[in-house]
Amino acid sequence: MSRIGVFICHCGENISRTVDVERVALEVGKLPGVSFSTDYKYMCSDPGQNLLKKAIQEQKLTHIVVAACSPRMHEKTFRKAVEAAGLNPYLCEMANIREHCSWVHENREEATVKATEIVGMMVERVKKNRVLPTITVPVTKRSLVIGGGIAGIQAALDIADCGHEVILVEREPSIGGHMAQLSETFPTLDCSQCIMTPKMVDVANHPKIKLYTYSEIELVEGYIGNFQVTIKKRARSVDEDKCTGCGVCMTKCPQKKIPNKFDQNIGMRTAIYVPFPQAVPNTPVIDRDNCTWYKTGKCGVCQKVCGPGAVDFEQQDKLIVEAVGAIVVATGFDLYSIDEKPKGSPIKGYGEFGHGKIPDVIDGMTFERLASASGPTGGKILRPSDGKEPKQIVFIQCIGSRAREKGISYCSKVCCMYTAKHTMLYHHKVHDGQAYVFFMDARTPGKSYDEFWRRSIEEEEAVYIRGMVSRLYQKGDKIVVMGSDIAVGVQVEIEADMVVLATAVQPQKGAELLAQKLGISYDKYNFYSEAHAKLRPVECATAGIYLAGACQGPKDIPETVSQASAAAAKVMTLFSKDQLEREPIVARVKESGCVGCFACKKVCAYGAVEEKEIRDRQGNLIKTVAFVNPGVCAGCGTCQATCPSKSVELDGYTDEQVIAMIEAL
Amino acid sequence: MKHTAPTHDFEPKIIAFVCTWCTYAGADLAGTSRMQYPSNVRVLKFPCTGRIDPVFILKAFQQGADGVLVSGCHPGDCHYIAGNFHARRRFAVFRKLLEFIGVDLKRLQFSWVSAAEGGKWVEVVTDLTVKVRAMGPMTEFKELAMEEQWSGAINTPELQEAYNAI
Repeated sequence: MSRIGVFICHCGENISRTVDVERVALEVGKLPGVSFSTDYKYMCSDPGQNLLKKAIQEQKLTHIVVAACSPRMHEKTFRKAVEAAGLNPYLCEMANIREHCSWVHENREEATVKATEIVGMMVERVKKNRVLPTITVPVTKRSLVIGGGIAGIQAALDIADCGHEVILVEREPSIGGHMAQLSETFPTLDCSQCIMTPKMVDVANHPKIKLYTYSEIELVEGYIGNFQVTIKKRARSVDEDKCTGCGVCMTKCPQKKIPNKFDQNIGMRTAIYVPFPQAVPNTPVIDRDNCTWYKTGKCGVCQKVCGPGAVDFEQQDKLIVEAVGAIVVATGFDLYSIDEKPKGSPIKGYGEFGHGKIPDVIDGMTFERLASASGPTGGKILRPSDGKEPKQIVFIQCIGSRAREKGISYCSKVCCMYTAKHTMLYHHKVHDGQAYVFFMDARTPGKSYDEFWRRSIEEEEAVYIRGMVSRLYQKGDKIVVMGSDIAVGVQVEIEADMVVLATAVQPQKGAELLAQKLGISYDKYNFYSEAHAKLRPVECATAGIYLAGACQGPKDIPETVSQASAAAAKVMTLFSKDQLEREPIVARVKESGCVGCFACKKVCAYGAVEEKEIRDRQGNLIKTVAFVNPGVCAGCGTCQATCPSKSVELDGYTDEQVIAMIEAL
Repeated sequence: MKHTAPTHDFEPKIIAFVCTWCTYAGADLAGTSRMQYPSNVRVLKFPCTGRIDPVFILKAFQQGADGVLVSGCHPGDCHYIAGNFHARRRFAVFRKLLEFIGVDLKRLQFSWVSAAEGGKWVEVVTDLTVKVRAMGPMTEFKELAMEEQWSGAINTPELQEAYNAI
């Protein structure tokens, strides 16, 4: 027999002003099973909690109902107090008579009746509450970081510096990501390579970091603290252990005219290559689509010249399984390509801007490569078409971004700043040149950002024209840019030598496929969703998976680095304990009733439902039933409402509890 | 706005099944903002609308509810990724069943109320109360429940026969 204690809070006057708390306590005290009921001015205060604890011990109470504010406010407080008094915390429930009653009604009689009914419902519910033990799951103190750009590198270094092992997986042959492609960085104009490459080397040399480049995530299984990740290590055709990185193979390779993706396809590379000289690891890869050996079976020059004999044409893709406890996703961004549109994509192109048709219309990243000292032009700003120095250059902002009618409504955040930087770099290199910028708004909210932008106008003589461009066309060796200046209200026509488009930042191609493997959510643009926009910005709703960098939304380098360190801190918080404790609000299968239809498995968004075989003593299979992994289950209860045989129950929200509440009406 | 004591002959009972992350928090916000609404509603909290079994709605009607409200996170906002989508599908089918067995669908309301929409919560609850109050009490299920309950008396030939056979 349950001995229920009911405690009605006045909340100062917040509840007692409209609810007759003494009457509620009296009425509720008459309910079967209630052996103690009282009211108190402030239940959440220290004396209030002591009253509760004392009553539990003196009255030998078995179940507790605290009628006060919203459980979102003080459920934890009272459950802790109940636990301190020796009861299981899940035998305590809160009845919300403040937010849902005293504050929203003024009629004292009505509010008192309603409060009595609310408390009565919770009394019936608490009778069916069961003792729930806290669930603990072990934590594997190794972390996986997906993506080797600045975000992934920062997160990996931070975690590894704390002494935990990190597996860093990068899709490209080298880590570095987009930051390695940049020439200089705003707002300080320090050389991107100079600050990036030391970090890349740190990663390569760190004893706690295991680096898999040219590799992709194949499969992710498991749950927080206990993930099993299958990594596909693509065949490099070069043995990483034997290769010394001397580079003779690259100088001898006869295939020399392959566009280099790292240089935005304006520079050339060989079939056996490293994407850029400072690549980490400095081990070449054979591009099998363009290699003469793979195409015709002849050549093999690289193998012949390789001193250590590292070239291995027979190398195969390898699958590697790693056990990790946490995952940091840092897959970064891609630039919106305005000429190639994937079929069925809601995002429309910008045919009117001639990108891809007019060779001297380039995007911002291509300009970075032109301006980079290690780029294909050695840092000289030269037109891709004829190699001449452009004397008039036009930058156009918001290509793709903030254009709802074209399919992307968000702001790409970095373009205003990098265009200001581009005008500066241009002016430093072409002293007699003139830069024009077409812009909608200049968004410069960052430390020293606005000063930087002003400098591009006041000191570096960039002409900013507020307005959009309607059309571009080639006229002789010039590009005619037609736009409007809405500040003055006139049409503008500029004969430019080169046009740079600030194209929108988008998630990496295939971002949604990786999200599906990880079981994390993403928005309509395929940016990964954080658990809470303000209060949990680096965590996914899926426990144990964290976000860093532009895969979550457009970000600049300082923001990316801060988020990466924040994600690392979250990982370290998780790793600070050997066992992970979590609320026991999880689903449980009643195996006797389960028929093994696995409707629950289909609706489970977390992959928490597994198949479990039940065998007799001889080992003959009797039936296959569902099993809910308590470590993975998030406790939504969708499986329970779906189960046709009512064989799965969500602890804390069982059918019994709900029906008891409805029947109390 | 002064809330005057109701002078209606009939006060409906409304049960609201809500998810804890959006609508329950929205209702809390209505409270913290001291908005006023009719006191007819009783709120049952669930982790997610995906947990809400259609049986609960039937049970509520059977137990004397005159109107039922089911409310959760807006599509795409579910704390549990897709629970509200499962709920939406489930209730789309369930409405047809209710209609088939003769429940006026005006008594059952589905809505999305986010944690930021205290005002919307007040609006939804008030609208449903006014609507159901005008419709009068829901009797069909109560009568059914009465029929189902056996008084204990052996008052039919079938029962007598069964009793004799023991």
